[in-house]
Amino acid sequence: MFAAQFRREWLCVARARDEILNPLAFLFLGVLLFAMAFGGDDEALSAYAPGIVWVLVLLANLMSLEILFRRDFEDGTLEQFVLLARPPFVAVLAKVAVQWCVTGFAITALAPLAALMLSMPPEAVPMLMLCLLLGTPALSLLGAVGAALTVGVRKGGVLLALLVLPLYLPVLIFGVSATAAWAGGAAEWAQIYWLAGFTMLALTLSPFAVAAAVKISLEEC
Amino acid sequence: MLTFKQFWHRLGSPKWFYRMSRPWFVAFAVAAGVLLGVGLAWGLAFAPPDYQQGDSFRIIYVHVPAAFLAQSVYIVLGAAGVLLLVWRMKMADMVLETMVPFGLWITALALFTGAVWGRPTWGTWWEFDGRTTSTLVLLFLYFGLYALRQAIPRAETAGRACAVLAIVGTINIPIIKYSVEWWTTLHQGATFTLTEPPAMPPVMWAPLLVNVVGAYCLFAANLIAQLRNAVLRREGGAQWVRDAVAAEAA
Repeated sequence: MFAAQFRREWLCVARARDEILNPLAFLFLGVLLFAMAFGGDDEALSAYAPGIVWVLVLLANLMSLEILFRRDFEDGTLEQFVLLARPPFVAVLAKVAVQWCVTGFAITALAPLAALMLSMPPEAVPMLMLCLLLGTPALSLLGAVGAALTVGVRKGGVLLALLVLPLYLPVLIFGVSATAAWAGGAAEWAQIYWLAGFTMLALTLSPFAVAAAVKISLEEC
Repeated sequence: MLTFKQFWHRLGSPKWFYRMSRPWFVAFAVAAGVLLGVGLAWGLAFAPPDYQQGDSFRIIYVHVPAAFLAQSVYIVLGAAGVLLLVWRMKMADMVLETMVPFGLWITALALFTGAVWGRPTWGTWWEFDGRTTSTLVLLFLYFGLYALRQAIPRAETAGRACAVLAIVGTINIPIIKYSVEWWTTLHQGATFTLTEPPAMPPVMWAPLLVNVVGAYCLFAANLIAQLRNAVLRREGGAQWVRDAVAAEAA
């Protein structure tokens, strides 16, 4: 059930390449903007690099969440899932998993490039990748709740940001402090365990919230 | 005499609530007026000034009750969300609708009074420390609930969507609170907790206690009054509402 749904979502996303590429392009554009804004001051840039990366990751994730349910909502597929899928949170989880693969995981894979552009010390890069790998699933899972609640709302983009960004705060705090600690040469494991903990908590609770929110949004039409 | 279960069951009925709640409202409103009047006069005029902060500490008598309510109201919203999604109680939806603006204002009041006090005492209007940041996040959570309800046209759908959001928010509040307190910081620990005797002398904390209880009475009175209005608004077409309003007008 999960595998079939995952395959279907994967094919849908793979055939709409812009949906994969847009958030990633946005991420790197943001990196470029920050690098320019710091005006070639490499030292300052590398000091703020963990914060810059994480904020851009949050925003890039938000961009791809906006379209997570939209297409399926508009053509009625989502309604079929809720009617057919038993239980519906499995279908929802598969959608979020695919969304994470093309944002969180892709961002993790491309993080060394962003780190290079922001002149982060090379020895911090593996830890940056680990933090992103552990933290981004929580972003996708929490964000999916907001995406499901706002899918029926016209111009839901700003509303989605308003609902979801406050909930991202713990991931931002621990992600930045872990990354900054490693970039500064201190071995800090506590925050990394916290990130893993958030992700596990989000993984256990949010699929139910997303499934409930999808049903509520479908009532609207 | 009603058992608790019967009482709870009937609380779900707007009609029963409207008939019964008038004396409750009066009781809480009178209690809030008396307690807040006494507490504020006592705290602002009669309590001794602080040996270090002088008179500026007196804002505590507004700030602490507001900050208490700011968190309590969100927990009430989360509980109302559960009641709405699980038992489909109409009254829970009304709580969820009417208490969001109240929570928004009371959180804004807590932040504002904190800033006014922080300027002379900490030397800064605003500092991103653990507690101020988590209160600010709370303000955004309230605003999210408000915005979501505005965005969804159908009242029933809007209520249930807000219920999901309120539950998710309630689960997240402790996580956000403790993660921002990770960088502890400028704000002192809680002045008032349920578990420990306060470090202040009784002449200073007694008016604060009166104010906190008064603020909760104000919350209850406000909740009941707003629920009564919401019942009239939503059930306006029903015959019993017309009869009730006609009886009150006569």
